[in-house]
Amino acid sequence: MKKRILIVDDEPNIVVPLEFLMKQNNFDVQAAETGEKAMDLISSWKPDLILLDIMLPGMDGYEVCQKIRQEKEFNHTRIVFLSAMARSIDIAKGMGLSADDYITKPFATDYVVNKIKELLAGDS
Amino acid sequence: MLEQKIIIFVAFGYMGLLFAIAFFGDKRAEAGKSIISNPYIYALSLAVYCTAWTFYGSVGAASRSGATGFLSIYLGPTLMMILGWPILRKIICISKINRITSIADFIASRYGKSATIGGAVTIIAVLGIIPYMSVQIKAISTSFQLISQYPDVYMAKTASNLSAIKNTAFFVAILLALFAVIFGTRHLEATERHEGLVAAIAFESIVKLVAILSVGMFITYGLYSGFGDLFSQASLVPRIEQLFVMEVNASTFTGWYNALFLAMMAIFLLPRQFQVIVVENVDENYLKKAVWLFPMYLLAINIFVIPIAFGGMLHFFKQCALDPVCRQALPRTFGGILKFANGTVDADYFALSLLMAKKQQGLALFAFIGGMSAATGMVIVETIALSTMVCNDLVMPVLLRLSFLKLEQKSDLSRLLLIIRRVSILLIVLLGYLYFHYVVEYYSLVSIGMISFAAVAQFSPAVIGGIFWKGATRRGALWGLLAGFIIWVYTLVLPSLAQAGFLSIKLLTHGPFGIELLSPVHLFGLDVRHLGFNQYSHAVFWSMFANIALFTGVSLFSKQNAMEHKQATLFVDVFKYSVESEKSSFWRATASVLDLRMLLERFLGKNRTDDALELYAREHHLNWEKDLVADAGLVSYAEKLLAGAIGSASALVMVRSVVEEEPLGMDEIMHILDETQQIIIYSRELEKATRDLEAANERLKELDRLKNEFISTVTHELRSPLTSVRALAEIVQNTPDLDVHKHHQFVGIIIKESERLSRLINAVLDFQKIESGQIQWQMGRLDFNEVIEDSVFSTGQLIEEKNINFILETAKNPWIVSGDKDRLIQVMVNLISNAVKFCDPDNGRIKVGMQVESEKAGDHENRCLKVFVKDNGIGIGKEDQEIIFHEFRQVISQTRGRPAGTGIGLTITKHIIDSHGGRIWVDSELDKGATFFFTLPLIE
Repeated sequence: MKKRILIVDDEPNIVVPLEFLMKQNNFDVQAAETGEKAMDLISSWKPDLILLDIMLPGMDGYEVCQKIRQEKEFNHTRIVFLSAMARSIDIAKGMGLSADDYITKPFATDYVVNKIKELLAGDS
Repeated sequence: MLEQKIIIFVAFGYMGLLFAIAFFGDKRAEAGKSIISNPYIYALSLAVYCTAWTFYGSVGAASRSGATGFLSIYLGPTLMMILGWPILRKIICISKINRITSIADFIASRYGKSATIGGAVTIIAVLGIIPYMSVQIKAISTSFQLISQYPDVYMAKTASNLSAIKNTAFFVAILLALFAVIFGTRHLEATERHEGLVAAIAFESIVKLVAILSVGMFITYGLYSGFGDLFSQASLVPRIEQLFVMEVNASTFTGWYNALFLAMMAIFLLPRQFQVIVVENVDENYLKKAVWLFPMYLLAINIFVIPIAFGGMLHFFKQCALDPVCRQALPRTFGGILKFANGTVDADYFALSLLMAKKQQGLALFAFIGGMSAATGMVIVETIALSTMVCNDLVMPVLLRLSFLKLEQKSDLSRLLLIIRRVSILLIVLLGYLYFHYVVEYYSLVSIGMISFAAVAQFSPAVIGGIFWKGATRRGALWGLLAGFIIWVYTLVLPSLAQAGFLSIKLLTHGPFGIELLSPVHLFGLDVRHLGFNQYSHAVFWSMFANIALFTGVSLFSKQNAMEHKQATLFVDVFKYSVESEKSSFWRATASVLDLRMLLERFLGKNRTDDALELYAREHHLNWEKDLVADAGLVSYAEKLLAGAIGSASALVMVRSVVEEEPLGMDEIMHILDETQQIIIYSRELEKATRDLEAANERLKELDRLKNEFISTVTHELRSPLTSVRALAEIVQNTPDLDVHKHHQFVGIIIKESERLSRLINAVLDFQKIESGQIQWQMGRLDFNEVIEDSVFSTGQLIEEKNINFILETAKNPWIVSGDKDRLIQVMVNLISNAVKFCDPDNGRIKVGMQVESEKAGDHENRCLKVFVKDNGIGIGKEDQEIIFHEFRQVISQTRGRPAGTGIGLTITKHIIDSHGGRIWVDSELDKGATFFFTLPLIE
């Protein structure tokens, strides 16, 4: 079964390449441009990994992460922050919310893909 | 014939060379590259000890009494250097720590900084040195007279000849004084150190040494074939032969030891010796080398004394035998002067006259320069040292006490100081001349010198006792000095005056009022016949006896005050306190807190002083306004505070000036006054600058924070388009089989995002330009209708693309404002394109218009133009209507997401309007469109 990946980002021009990459690497992929939409998709679609932007309209990425981690159901859902906020304090805050990784924008596509594969390899 | 012109030319040329050296030395010292800072120059400068007395007088003394006549004068310093160096080292160390400027300063400082002692020492020194000074004048003028009658060596004792010498002497004196003035008082030195002078003195020492060695070599090896030849020929002449052995009579040993003792003392107590050994000393360690170098110099300069004397005697005795007058007059024991029919030959000047007799014109001239070198060196250094003493320890203390002069109110006394010094140099030299004029011709060079040595020897109990015996008191020192001085005057000066005819000669033989016991030359019956004392040893014995007796006696029975006690401890335990310098600040509690406080405020400023005193009071649990007393703790606390500001040496001096109200050395006052004024100004400026800096720092911190925020926002904004550009570019590169449609789409996004990046960068640069005030506003009168027309024109395409209903309300009459047209167009374009961006996507409507409004500003009303740009877009919530004008703040809509754009367009717009003296605001409700308003002042 294909692994499911949810892209949460409000910049369509970033979603486009990410979607393409995930599909190219044989993942099922969906995208959400707000935190609220992301929460809906997580509950209904149950992705294995979430690529999560932080600066989002409405509920931001940190909140999304926090909410997911509060649900026992999503304990094993991998969360990778993908943000343009590159200050160490931002990274620390993200990792402090028990995210699996924090990748700063702009990123190397190989790196993101490999990271995702690596994180999902542990799960069966 | 050696013309006077040539002699004078050479002499002046030589002095000019000395000036050049001195000038160079001073320049180097100012540049911080001391040329005298090495032990060899130091040792050479000590050789200022060797004066005309050495150069000429030793030969005369050797002719009269052989080696006994002069050697002790050089063995004394040698002994002092080799055995007495601990004393010298201690004096140098004390002087450096206490910033001593002269021998008078040294003694005065030791005895509680007593002005009386300083004055007494100065008077003794000046009076004591005058005979010595006159010797130099005599030597120069006589040698000048002698060499200018070359090749005639006989000095006619005619009236005209004598008055010629005296006239020459007068000019010599004036010239020497001028040289001393120029050398020593060009400017005021706070430390009393004269590097250039020392360099010149060291050079002089070389010249006189080389000169006498040349003369000696010529006589020994030119006229004779070496020492052996010279001495064997000399031994054939009975009058010379008798000099080969030490003539032992009753006064030989007392005379010998007396001279030895006087020379030992003179080497460091003569004002000029104190100057070069102690005051001009750059590094204490140089003494280690000087201890053997200086005796070597003395040995070298004396090695040919006896050959020159014997050579002179051999030659002139032969001449004498041919001259009937001389042959008859020659006594059995040579007295130093040969009286020929056509004049006399003085053994003192054998070095010159023998060369002249042998027709050695050039060498004779060189010898003359050597002798002049020796004499001028002495006069210059001595008068500079003495004038410092006269000024600092005699004249200024008196002038400062004369309240009607109001000296303490004058800000700059340095001119006065220089004048006093110059006048005192002139007076000292003039006194030397007068002494020469009336007295010296009756005495030989050496015997006059001894009078001076005996005078400065009076300082020895006070100095040596003072640095080893804490119990020595001010009274003891003063009594000792006075007693010694009075006896010196009585036993040495009075007889010389009597011999010169100023007093009845009977005084000498029969004593005053016929009391033979009080005779100046046989005081209390002490004389050659009984105990083997000559005139000098007699005088030295009695003066030193009285001096030491009163010094120790009075010291034992008098008490020291606190200041004396403190100074005594500082001097005697100098090596202990030089290590722990803070502990050296003993003091006496006569300071007032107010004084201390004022002192601190002068250097530290009021605020820091208050803070510091408050802190001190708090630490000691005192109420600092009421209970604070100037006790030891507070004084040393103040001293430490000051030391931080002006250095510990100055701090000590300043604190002392308040604490003890002791007169400082005038130079120090001058120096410190000058510095103080600068420091007060400086510290006030500093306080103000500190306040300014604090404010500026706050502003900077705020700016820094804003800047950091700005940078982080800008980089964040840059990252988003970069992310998609990079990701898409990588995909395009790594996916060779990418279908054409996707390829087209991706490259299109890349281009769009790149454009976004460029826009962002331009906007940031624009923003930065406006923000930092670098923008050049092209202000001018303009009709705002034109601005609107231009803006609409440039946004026309955008409006058409989106199919927007655009309404423009233009006015018929012109609206004249003052502004930068391009920038105002930027404002309008910005507002219109924003309106286009947020307009209803399907049924967009935009309305632009303006009207005149009156704004109340105080009493009168200002007319202004109000422009609006209205759209029917998503609108802006009340809470966001302020924020949108802040940089990089965008309202992210729930339904439409993040708006396109940089987020600083409105910030720039607001800046431009603000800079034009207008206001900008928005009137809106969510989903009901927004209207942006701005005003501009109308000028018509």
